[in-house]
Amino acid sequence: MIEFKNIYKKFEGGNDVLKDINLTCEDGEITVLIGPSGCGKTTTMKLINRLITPTKGSIFIDGKDISQINTVELRRGIGYVIQHIGLFPHMTIGRNVGVVPHLLKWNQVQIDERIDELLELVGLDPKVYKERYPSELSGGQQQRIGVIRALAVEPGIILMDEPFSALDPISREQLQEELIRLQKEIKKSIVFVTHDMDEALKIADKIVLMRDGQIIQHGSPEEILRRPANDFVKNFIGEKRLKKAMDMPAVADVMVRKPATILPYRGLAVAMNMMEKKQVDSLVVVDDDNRIEGYVSIYDVTREFDNETKQVKDIVQPFMHRAEPDSLLSDAVNILDESKLSYIPVVSADNTLAGLLTRGSIVGHMREIYSQERWAYNA
Amino acid sequence: MHSFSDYFYVFVERASDIFDALLMHSLISGAAVLLGCLVAIPLGIFLTKTSYQWIQSLVFTITNIFQTIPSLAMLAIFIPLIGIGLKPAIIALFLYSLMPILRNTYAAFESIDPGIIESAKGMGYSPLQRMIQIEVPLAMPYIMSGIRLTSVYIINWATLAALIGAGGLGQLIIGGMGVNDKPLILAAAILAMVLALVVDFLFGRLEKIFVKRESSEQNIMQMEE
Repeated sequence: MIEFKNIYKKFEGGNDVLKDINLTCEDGEITVLIGPSGCGKTTTMKLINRLITPTKGSIFIDGKDISQINTVELRRGIGYVIQHIGLFPHMTIGRNVGVVPHLLKWNQVQIDERIDELLELVGLDPKVYKERYPSELSGGQQQRIGVIRALAVEPGIILMDEPFSALDPISREQLQEELIRLQKEIKKSIVFVTHDMDEALKIADKIVLMRDGQIIQHGSPEEILRRPANDFVKNFIGEKRLKKAMDMPAVADVMVRKPATILPYRGLAVAMNMMEKKQVDSLVVVDDDNRIEGYVSIYDVTREFDNETKQVKDIVQPFMHRAEPDSLLSDAVNILDESKLSYIPVVSADNTLAGLLTRGSIVGHMREIYSQERWAYNA
Repeated sequence: MHSFSDYFYVFVERASDIFDALLMHSLISGAAVLLGCLVAIPLGIFLTKTSYQWIQSLVFTITNIFQTIPSLAMLAIFIPLIGIGLKPAIIALFLYSLMPILRNTYAAFESIDPGIIESAKGMGYSPLQRMIQIEVPLAMPYIMSGIRLTSVYIINWATLAALIGAGGLGQLIIGGMGVNDKPLILAAAILAMVLALVVDFLFGRLEKIFVKRESSEQNIMQMEE
């Protein structure tokens, strides 16, 4: 966890670059710092590995004040990827990737193994690429090397300063996707600086929007899209993206609010009765506090029906997929489509059942929209 | 009059004199360039690191002034100070070598991509490690070409060193002028040129080695095909 506490930065003779920055970057999350140029996002990031020192205030990594740590050691424990790649042109790809392990005096065998492993991680064959020099690789490949070089000693924190901005759009997209995939495996705390809102929305767990050395808004992409703090944020996100987010309903707007549920300690006859009454083929099992436990289907109930001692909790099955009330309908529809399910439960953060997203409810929602439009047209 | 064959025969007739002169010539120029490197390269590195602008301009002004002193005068200046012989010749040539080596070293370090320096810093290289492992290797090709250029100049100027009794191929030329021995003059002049060309060629090869390190075996083969 990286904490900024009351950070001020003033450059010599210049104006304030950072004004009272308070920020916490959680472990295992990608925190994206974004804002117009000169807003202090890069300065903020460089404070973390002390390429820049604050005029006032302190920064803590896992509770330790970084001004008390030796700079060289601090930096070896933090991965760093810069915009212009910064590979060393006089070293082979292998040497480049192994730079930090080398500085930390690993033995050569270990370093070689690690280099191979990392190259394979981004789909570059070690046999082909290890002995090459950076100038012999394409921009996209070079930046992949830049990224894995930062991962070499598995630092807990990785700083990325507009790493993909110099790439062509196709390589950029690829690398963004690779980063997301990689992050699922490595779960690092990544601080990522960009000025590209699409990039931020794509990769961020948290977005920190900055202007004139101050944090304007800090939240998940979803929050920022749905509840922009002020006009500046709205302008920065851009009408188009906002409209998309506003037009696209959340799961909560579409779901069935009172789905058929059953308590886990009910008998099977009760379950059967309930299904008949509600005209459904399965029931969501929730406990007394409305916490979700799974579901029972009509097939399981009929199969076990003769056994009077059996209760719902004996035949309950867990849900493989679920949606949150805040998630976008499009994401939930994707899940429905890919998993071939007829419904998914909508579960709140405290694990209670909020509702049920069914194919029927989606059709109902669409009918509402289109009938409104027709009504408007006819009028 | 000298017959045509005399121009070749002189190499045999005066072989030992010519060989000694050649050796002395190489020694004078070699010592001057070596001293020049020892002073100018560290000085150049220092200049790129210092944040005081006035030190930079002061050093460049001084080395520029050395460069503008006519070579004959430069050699003559040292006679009252150190006398005649090898020492003043080497010192004079050393002063000439400073400027080109210094300029090239300075330019070499200035031309390193700041992104590379920053990523080296960010990855946790200590300043000394960064200098030795990153900056010097990257600057090397430029520094080398500075040394190469300087060596060729110094070898040519070293013929003048004979005027203050330092020996070398210049000695043969002056001697040849005294007795109107044209074959000897020509032989010494040609040898001075050949020496310069050979040194230039050797440094050229050395430079290539440094550049080649930036592309792999496979690619070099492809490029040569």
